[in-house]
Amino acid sequence: MAIRLKKKSAPYGVKVPERKFSEKSPIEPAPLPEKVVIPLQQNIGAPAQALVKKGEKVLTGQKIADSDKFVSAPIHATISGEVSGTTMLVNPPTGQLVEALVITSDGEDNWVELEIPRNPESLSAKEVLEKIREAGIVGLGGAAFPTQVKLSPPKDKNIDTVILNGCECEPYVTSDHRVMLEYGEKVLSGLNIIRKILSPQATYIAIEDNKEDAIKHMEELIISLGLGENFRIVPLKSKYPMGAEKTLINMVLGREVPIGGLPLDVGVVVHNVSTAKAIHDAIFEGKPLIERVVTVSGAVKNPKNLLTRFGIPIKALIEYCGGMEDKANKVILGGPMMGIAQFDLDFPVVKGTNSILVKEDEPIRERDCISCGMCIEACPMRLMPTLLARYAKDGRYDECKENYYIDDCFECGACTYTCPANIPIVQYIKVAKKEIAKRAPNK
Amino acid sequence: MSEVSQLLVSPGPHLWKKLSVSKIMYLVVIALLFPTGAAIYFFGYNALSVIGVSVGVAVLTEYLCKKLMGRVFIMDGSAVVTGLLLALILPPLIPLWMVALGAVFAIAIAKEAFGGLGHNIFNPALAARAFMSISFSLEMTNWVAPTGFAADAVTTATPLGESFIWTADRLSLYQAMFLGNTAGSLGETSALLILVGGIFLIARGLINWRIPTVYIGMVALLSFAIGQDPLFHILAGGLMIGAFFMATDYVTSPLTNRGKIVFALALGVLTMLIRRFGGMPEGVCYSILFMNAMAPLIDRYIKIRPYGLVQRVKGAS
Repeated sequence: MAIRLKKKSAPYGVKVPERKFSEKSPIEPAPLPEKVVIPLQQNIGAPAQALVKKGEKVLTGQKIADSDKFVSAPIHATISGEVSGTTMLVNPPTGQLVEALVITSDGEDNWVELEIPRNPESLSAKEVLEKIREAGIVGLGGAAFPTQVKLSPPKDKNIDTVILNGCECEPYVTSDHRVMLEYGEKVLSGLNIIRKILSPQATYIAIEDNKEDAIKHMEELIISLGLGENFRIVPLKSKYPMGAEKTLINMVLGREVPIGGLPLDVGVVVHNVSTAKAIHDAIFEGKPLIERVVTVSGAVKNPKNLLTRFGIPIKALIEYCGGMEDKANKVILGGPMMGIAQFDLDFPVVKGTNSILVKEDEPIRERDCISCGMCIEACPMRLMPTLLARYAKDGRYDECKENYYIDDCFECGACTYTCPANIPIVQYIKVAKKEIAKRAPNK
Repeated sequence: MSEVSQLLVSPGPHLWKKLSVSKIMYLVVIALLFPTGAAIYFFGYNALSVIGVSVGVAVLTEYLCKKLMGRVFIMDGSAVVTGLLLALILPPLIPLWMVALGAVFAIAIAKEAFGGLGHNIFNPALAARAFMSISFSLEMTNWVAPTGFAADAVTTATPLGESFIWTADRLSLYQAMFLGNTAGSLGETSALLILVGGIFLIARGLINWRIPTVYIGMVALLSFAIGQDPLFHILAGGLMIGAFFMATDYVTSPLTNRGKIVFALALGVLTMLIRRFGGMPEGVCYSILFMNAMAPLIDRYIKIRPYGLVQRVKGAS
């Protein structure tokens, strides 16, 4: 059986301009920061509590915060030096204030002693999960959900399929693409660890066809490593949002995750390629998650893929790439579709930051809906975005929830991208969801 | 903090497709230039003056309405589309003051009074035509032979009219109707050029092929079923321009593909009912207006099954 399966193409979604300016730029290490600001909440779930105090010396890779909650991940020092204080930051996805530790570098980058297992292959699933948690690994595709939680499905859920997500459907962003090309073996090794934990019947690697070199490279690696028995590559026709978990499961397997449910409800677990690489690093090299590849692109002089420590201000990375072009007026954390515009360039790179995008943009000029229906054709969830926006605007949240399934929306923005009246549909939906959550009787 | 304050912060996505409402409207105008060309070719100066007055008054009315209501006037081309569409469904000899009144009705009453573009229930051009048909029944049924710029207008009947007589063979009748060389409203006679404009819009992804295809198909099927000539019914009257340019109006048609099919099927039935049993020779205008009113109801009941709905347990949150 061929390793590369037939290309699949989605009837929904939108064609977006790719603008992958940095796809040919090899990953390069960013300069070590002199000071890092490390938020204590970088993942979905419980925030971590600081384990170090002001004035304390820390080593690179040392655990500096943790939580005893199940859905949580510890946080590690990303440079060596001294904890010089705490500060408060506005967390971009939630808009809430979050506490952060500030570490001033001693310029040495002295690491803690890494605990490398003598025989990683012989570790039990439980030991592997414990190591993944201790390494502070969260989903690196953007959602930053603690990885060990995703790898510990409830007993009654039978996981038959693992999908490795190498789609990277956001325009501009190339970090996963470069990770596949340059760390392909580590990615596959990480995927093997995931397989060992979940023992699925099938494992797929999904990659969009605008990354033919990555598809080919992964295919060759699978053959040369003798993994052809287990892994299949599914090329997907490039379209936004192929890389979204629910869309991907539908494309690869034809299954639909129930509204309000999780992939494991249909026997699937999806992990991002960079997460798989982080799992490899944790198990085989004993390394905690303290750095990642970040694409810096758009209106900067030299778009790059930078291997950077967490906590470095985004300003430093933009400057390292030659600075913002004169006309640029917007800085986005993430891609242009789901990323969040920043008002503060001192904000640090965190675990979920896959890209820093600099853009020239204009304020939104919203007009009235002309009912063209383009948003309906774009919606990967087959929702009616224009009606959701209309009812959300009118404050008819019950209508949004009961009749138009607002919970199904994962806020990809395809509807808004395609809207000729420039209605910020996703924003209205986000507001409605918040209002609905606020009014829920049990919370 | 100086650099901070200069950053633009707005909700995502931060990328928009380069297709605005205005661009859509002007693309529709381009598509309408094909039947407009036919109108001018077959009806000469009459066509030019009716089109000029209709478009001019429509744009002016929109401007005045927006000013009076204290809103922003945007030259988005939607008034041009309405004015042009209205002109194309009027008879060639209609007095120009009636055209102007019709254009005022289309914009001020059918569109702006309902809240402007996007809020109107009825297609403004068709609403104005219905208004004019009732108010000026004589002038609205005064048809002339297509003589272009050459000669004086000669009154004659449209193919759907009771007094219509065709002496030559059937094939030449089809040919005349396909090219547009018959009596009728300015822009409705040339099936060929309407088709060119319509296919242009379908190819650009601006109108949905389902509405014209199902509508025309249904008319053909029903006329065949009642023992009449399907091809004649397709080419005659306002069916072609109605199916491609009126029934496909975004604002007044259903949102979903399934809704659009139901809408178009009903249009076919209504059109044939009026043509066969109604007191008027033509039924496209009233069929579409009637279904415009039904569109919100169709959207209410004919929905798409969203992703992941099957598994949802009733009552669970």
